[in-house]
Amino acid sequence: MWLSNSSIGRKVVMSVTGVALVLFLTFHMAMNLVALFSGEAYNAVCEFLGANWYALVATVGLAALFVIHILYAFWLTIQNRAARGNERYAVNARPKNVEWASQNMLALGLIVVLGLGLHLANFWYKMQFAEIVGNPMMGGLHAADGYGYIMQTFSNPVLFVLYLVWLAALWFHLTHGFWSAMQTLGWNNTIWINRWKCISNIYSTVIVLGFALVAIVFFCKNLC
Amino acid sequence: MTKIIDSKIPEGPIAEKWTNYKAHQKLVNPANKRRLDIIVVGTGLAGASAAASLGEMGFRVFNFCIQDSPRRAHSIAAQGGINAAKNYQNDGDSVYRLFYDTVKGGDYRAREANVYRLAEVSNNIIDQCVAQGVPFAREYGGTLANRSFGGAQVSRTFYAKGQTGQQLLLGAYSALSRQVGAGTVKLYTRYEMEDIVIIDGRARGIIAKNLVTGKLERFAAHAVVIATGGYGNTYFLSTNAMACNCSAAMACYRKGAWFANPAYVQIHPTCIPVHGDKQSKLTLMSESLRNDGRIWVPKKLEDAKALQAGTKQGRDIPEEDRDYYLERRYPAFGNLVPRDVASRAAKERCDKGYGVNNTGLAVFLDFSEAISRLGKDVVAQRYGNLFDMYEEITDVSPYENPMMIYPAIHYTMGGIWVDYELQTSIKGLFAIGECNFSDHGANRLGASALMQGLADGYFVLPYTIQNYLADQITVPRFSTDLPEFAEAEKAVQDKIDHLMNIKGKKSVDSIHKELGRVMWEYVGMGRTEEGLKTGLAKLKDIRKEFETELFIPGSKEGMNVELDKAIRLNDFITMGELIAYDALNRNESCGGHFREEYQTEEGEAKRDDENYFYVACWEYQGSDDKAPVLYKEPLVYEAIKVQTRNYKS
Amino acid sequence: MDKNISFTLKVWRQNGPKEKGHFDTFQMEDIPGDTSFLEMLDILNEQLIEAGKEPVVFDHDCREGICGMCSLYINGHPHGPATGATTCQIYMRRFNDGDVITVEPWRSAGFPVIKDLMVDRSAYDKIMQAGGFISVGTGAPQDANAILIPKPIADEAMDAASCIGCGACVAACKNGSAMLFVSAKVSQLNLLPQGKPEALRRAKAMLAKMDELGFGNCTNTRACEAECPKCVSISNIARLNRDFIKAKLKD
Repeated sequence: MWLSNSSIGRKVVMSVTGVALVLFLTFHMAMNLVALFSGEAYNAVCEFLGANWYALVATVGLAALFVIHILYAFWLTIQNRAARGNERYAVNARPKNVEWASQNMLALGLIVVLGLGLHLANFWYKMQFAEIVGNPMMGGLHAADGYGYIMQTFSNPVLFVLYLVWLAALWFHLTHGFWSAMQTLGWNNTIWINRWKCISNIYSTVIVLGFALVAIVFFCKNLC
Repeated sequence: MTKIIDSKIPEGPIAEKWTNYKAHQKLVNPANKRRLDIIVVGTGLAGASAAASLGEMGFRVFNFCIQDSPRRAHSIAAQGGINAAKNYQNDGDSVYRLFYDTVKGGDYRAREANVYRLAEVSNNIIDQCVAQGVPFAREYGGTLANRSFGGAQVSRTFYAKGQTGQQLLLGAYSALSRQVGAGTVKLYTRYEMEDIVIIDGRARGIIAKNLVTGKLERFAAHAVVIATGGYGNTYFLSTNAMACNCSAAMACYRKGAWFANPAYVQIHPTCIPVHGDKQSKLTLMSESLRNDGRIWVPKKLEDAKALQAGTKQGRDIPEEDRDYYLERRYPAFGNLVPRDVASRAAKERCDKGYGVNNTGLAVFLDFSEAISRLGKDVVAQRYGNLFDMYEEITDVSPYENPMMIYPAIHYTMGGIWVDYELQTSIKGLFAIGECNFSDHGANRLGASALMQGLADGYFVLPYTIQNYLADQITVPRFSTDLPEFAEAEKAVQDKIDHLMNIKGKKSVDSIHKELGRVMWEYVGMGRTEEGLKTGLAKLKDIRKEFETELFIPGSKEGMNVELDKAIRLNDFITMGELIAYDALNRNESCGGHFREEYQTEEGEAKRDDENYFYVACWEYQGSDDKAPVLYKEPLVYEAIKVQTRNYKS
Repeated sequence: MDKNISFTLKVWRQNGPKEKGHFDTFQMEDIPGDTSFLEMLDILNEQLIEAGKEPVVFDHDCREGICGMCSLYINGHPHGPATGATTCQIYMRRFNDGDVITVEPWRSAGFPVIKDLMVDRSAYDKIMQAGGFISVGTGAPQDANAILIPKPIADEAMDAASCIGCGACVAACKNGSAMLFVSAKVSQLNLLPQGKPEALRRAKAMLAKMDELGFGNCTNTRACEAECPKCVSISNIARLNRDFIKAKLKD
């Protein structure tokens, strides 16, 4: 199977799952923004995405994307380290043009995964998982009270800061990941490379700002 | 001297000789080809194209190179282009004209029939290379672009940026790679041929040194082709790559192959001048620069003095005080005269004291006129990479100040003697490319080396070698256990042991530099009888020094770069003597060989067709201490009337 | 005129592919600025030989930036600090008095060290043998001008073809990937009409060989492009990706 036994194939898997995850983030970010305007509307969305069959299927699909993306990341990294040989350079210099993020995608990805774990514990476990196991009051609030959970989470300054760190890592990860996916899929050339890089920077910034905005607003709300 | 030399030139009018030859030569049928082995030494344009073609035809080929990959061969460094008589520009070019220009450019010392064949197949080369994917420069309409080069009045040079040699070599290399992938060619990289094995008077194999393990290995075949380039590095400083050497050619020479016209050494006029004694090589600035650059020195000696002292720069000299000496002396060809003429003219000016750098050994190549005529952008587009290279080396920008150039050893027209079939005087031993002597006479025109290498490899040798191999089909493969192989290997091993055991104090390079100095001074651009005799005496001293003072660190086992260089230097010294003997014998000036005693009042080369209208073939006499013996292959010109070269009108 | 400089040179020494390597440190005095980097190493080697020691082994040949033989990793950069230049084209005036200059071989599993600074790049030849050619026999072709190639295409193919096969892309890549090399070769041939019939087959064959030889996966860091002495662009990699995916989807 070329998606596993050729280097481009493996990269295609990374790209496709990556792009799908970017789409998910876009949707998630848009959903979060709803909370800024109306708690009720947000909760309605939460209810809609509760333990329904379609939401569950989507969740499983999403989880699969994550797992594949992460497993491939480790696999590629192990292969790449082996390809580098046993000796390491004594002196390293990063040439201009080479983004810092591009050389640290795995580390950034790990931060993103850790943040994800936190996030799942804070929200998903208490909201969707609670419904699945049939204990809708797991986190002290009703499972569909997303608004309440947001308020609760961002009242904690430690969590707030951790979320911001997480989002920063995500930003770096996305700025490289996005155009890199286009390059891997072959939709690139000397003209488009700069366009894609510009698009990835803007797009990543929009997504990350969207998430950050919700966190900041709710953190402030709690302060007042 | 009574030896009759048969160059096997086919019968018939010049334009039909090659066709006739091909129609009547012997061929080998496909089943038999599989049973015949051919060794090709070298993977430059000639070697790679020959190995690829022979492999494709069905022979079993063994191909050797000293670098880590066939793609590194020095053909890669050719910048300017490759000639062909396509007449795409509708400027009156034809096979005959290319033939004529090449013979004239060679100062009427080439073998007519060979040159005509070269011109004839030149068009096939372009077709072949385009089909291989060589990205030649193109016009907007999609057709191939051309430019003009020295020694011609038509635009017949095809080019790929300033990297024509690289692109052509990559074309041949990819054809070779295809055959290696298909299993018809077996490739040996980082192997150096040390000797040739002769069985019953025929070349039947080689002894090669694995440069990584240091071990000697034996290889047998029905025929051996050497494509190992020229001997320019005899002069230490040259435009040749560091590994270019003449050891394979010298091995053939020592085993009895004649060496022809060694004195014909091409000095390229547009090289970056020597700057210090630590310099390891000279960098060529493409001849194509002479299309738009104008060569000059100051008219006044005091300006030259100021330039030499560094108190003035080239751009400070006003137009009326500049002496565009090539345009002055050769109005018809101007800056595009052949290389030997341009080189000598530069030397003449510098000898008179008009040199323009601190050593007094440089002239200007000026683009200010081209920049004002075409604009900086166009000039940058045409020559940008060369200008950048020049600036990196010299720290001077050619956009602001004229370039400084000086002649340097570049190419060797002489080489192993071959007949029309490219077979040497040893049966079954063939020589192709720069390694042989045949096509350029006493001087090679620009963009003709690539043409010759590929012509030999793609279109000539694959035919002519069959004429030889057709008689060999009943000869079974040879065992490398035969006493001839053992003997040859032992001789090489003894030589290595001997060199390792000298245990003197001097490094290979230090002796090589001395050799280079003697060669440049006494056997260089301007030669005299007295100088050559002095040079020969000094070469004896250098050989003695080499034999007593050489020091090679490390051991003969494993990789030992110094040992490999020492083996080559041993041959360079022999080669140096050979060049000097030939130069001393040839009491005339022609092409790259200029004897100061033989010049016209205007300082032009004066040939002596009555006495020297021949190819000088030198035969080794069994020892480096004995002078070689000369045989003559008389030149017969049927198609061209021999006359004095004229680039003035 | 150029000034002379003195500096400390740290050079990687290694006796063979399996041996353990180490750095040797040398003090270089009064080296003229117009000495090329390799000539500086020549000077060092002359000094070593004079002292009866073995010289440093390094690959080099044409010394004019085209053969692709020289291969040193200098102060963290393949081919040293200059852009668009090979090691042999680096002149000492680029360095300062008192510098510490560290010279290492290419380090990659695909390029095992042979000795000191010399590595084995025969993997590139093997990749070429897998498909880096147009299958045309000697003597078969039609007239060169029978194939019209638009100038922009010819120029783009030329840019890809300017790759000198030195291996700097692999040396620079933190993944030890040879994608820039492979893609440059594939691009040159796949862009031209002559190479089109075999384009997809070529992309598959050369990539498979690259993978087989243990080179890494490209993660688009662009280090290869930044360090390439001939400034070959990663847009070639995109083209290879495209052709490869196309080929696989067709299968």
